[in-house]
Amino acid sequence: MIVFKNVTKRYDNGTIAVDDLSLEAPKGRITIFVGPSGCGKTTSLRMINRLIAPTSGSILLDGQPTEAMNLAQLRRKIGYVIQHAGLFPHLNVVQNIATTARLKGIAKKQALLIASELLERVGLDLSFGNRYPWQLSGGQQQRVGVARALASDPEFMLMDEPFSAVDPVVRHQLQEEFLRLQRDIGKTIIMVTHDIDEALKLGDQVAVLRTGGVLAQVASPKELLSNPADSFVADFVGRDRGYRYLSFVDAASSLAVMIEPVVALGTEAAAARIVAKDQWILVVNAAAQPLGWVDLDRQSGPLRESDLNLSGTLASQDHSLRQVLDAALSAPSGRGVIVDAGRVLAGSVRLSDVVAAIQSAKAAGWGGRP
Amino acid sequence: MNFDWLAGEVDDIGNFFAWHVALSVIPVLVALVLAVPIGWLVKQSGFLRPALLGTVGLLYTIPSLALFVLLPLVLGTQILDPLNVVVALTVYTLALLVRTVCDGLEAVSSDVLQAANAMGYRRIARFFRVELPLAVPVIGAGLRVAVVSNVSIVSIAALIGTPQLGSLFTEGLELHFLTPIFTGIILCVALAVLLDSLVLIITRQLTGWQPRT
Repeated sequence: MIVFKNVTKRYDNGTIAVDDLSLEAPKGRITIFVGPSGCGKTTSLRMINRLIAPTSGSILLDGQPTEAMNLAQLRRKIGYVIQHAGLFPHLNVVQNIATTARLKGIAKKQALLIASELLERVGLDLSFGNRYPWQLSGGQQQRVGVARALASDPEFMLMDEPFSAVDPVVRHQLQEEFLRLQRDIGKTIIMVTHDIDEALKLGDQVAVLRTGGVLAQVASPKELLSNPADSFVADFVGRDRGYRYLSFVDAASSLAVMIEPVVALGTEAAAARIVAKDQWILVVNAAAQPLGWVDLDRQSGPLRESDLNLSGTLASQDHSLRQVLDAALSAPSGRGVIVDAGRVLAGSVRLSDVVAAIQSAKAAGWGGRP
Repeated sequence: MNFDWLAGEVDDIGNFFAWHVALSVIPVLVALVLAVPIGWLVKQSGFLRPALLGTVGLLYTIPSLALFVLLPLVLGTQILDPLNVVVALTVYTLALLVRTVCDGLEAVSSDVLQAANAMGYRRIARFFRVELPLAVPVIGAGLRVAVVSNVSIVSIAALIGTPQLGSLFTEGLELHFLTPIFTGIILCVALAVLLDSLVLIITRQLTGWQPRT
């Protein structure tokens, strides 16, 4: 557990970066510091490993005040990941990862072994091991940065905008993998971001800070959306907070999934019309995985790949109402495609049924995931 | 070119060449060892940095002949002692390398330094394992300039009687005889090219991590 006790950072010119911050980051959970620029989130993070010294107050790691610890020892207990990874350009990937283990006193051979294992853990092939940082993409560098932070098996991790320097597709991928990794390793993590979506997606607990370094609210993402403490928090979590809240409501319990007729590529349009519910027919591959919709009103002859309308998103059965709603909204047929964990078709849901499910969930006080 | 003369003098010329190598290389090695800590101190010196670098740079403007003659007074050595030449060239090389080392250390990205600090590197370990290796490309480039300029400055020491390839120039001048002068020039250029390549190869060995274009 990381505890801030009345921590203040005042610079010599009188600027207050962090103002009397008190909060707890629970063990094994992800706590996110989020807020506009100048809210002191990064300063707060850097005070934990004393890259910045607090003016007053104290920070405790598992009950021990950090100011009493040896500086190098303190930092070796804490994994640290920054925006541009900050890899050592003169070391190859495996050597980079091994550095934190070496600093902890682990023998070289053992450290390199740990590093190779971590490489796979963060989703990189072993063949990346002897590449140098300049040979990696931004996303790959960031993975190596995470692996390096983990190599000393620290109890705590500090992450300063770790995913913000990569493109949105890679960012999404890194976030998903990071959540999966954290389920395995259960580190006590504090992450800084300016992106409220990222905060709500990754955080077990989100601390919203306002300009001047004042804590506006600390709560679970769900609580933050449904019960913002003041208008600043309400504005910051966004105008679409009603829609976003659906991310936290399970779809499985309340939704009626219908059977959706399907055809394979190459089927004649006339044959497809016989099975179709309306002008739209869903096309699947041999493994029953959805490929796309075809508009039979504009179709003659066999269905080809180029005829597919790919606009619809897929929702998994155990997903949130937000994803199911999006699947229904984006499907040209108005029927959202539901798949199982292996992307195999499970059925479809009508937009009207999704809306009904949302209404009944709301009436029941939401329920679903905490 | 008078090859009969060359054949007769080959022992002397070999001797001059060996001296020339020693007089140009030893100062570079000594200056490099000194320039690393001094360059680091200058980099740390904050607002004093421009003044310090300016002062060090001024050393290079002292005429070499004057330095060769003045050093015995400072060091208490004999006027003909080769040590004078070694010390003088060390001073020049230092003047070049302190700036180079300082620039090289400053070229290390702040992200990398921040990461190293946060990981718990202590100061000295950080310097030798992170900063210095990353400064090698810049320091290597400075070393190449230093060795080549040393090869040419050493020859001036012939005027104070230290034996090396420059002695061939004074000899040719006295005898009104071009062969020793040409020989000296050719050997000086060859030595400069050789040492330059050597530094280049060593630098490349140490910077295998850099992209090659």
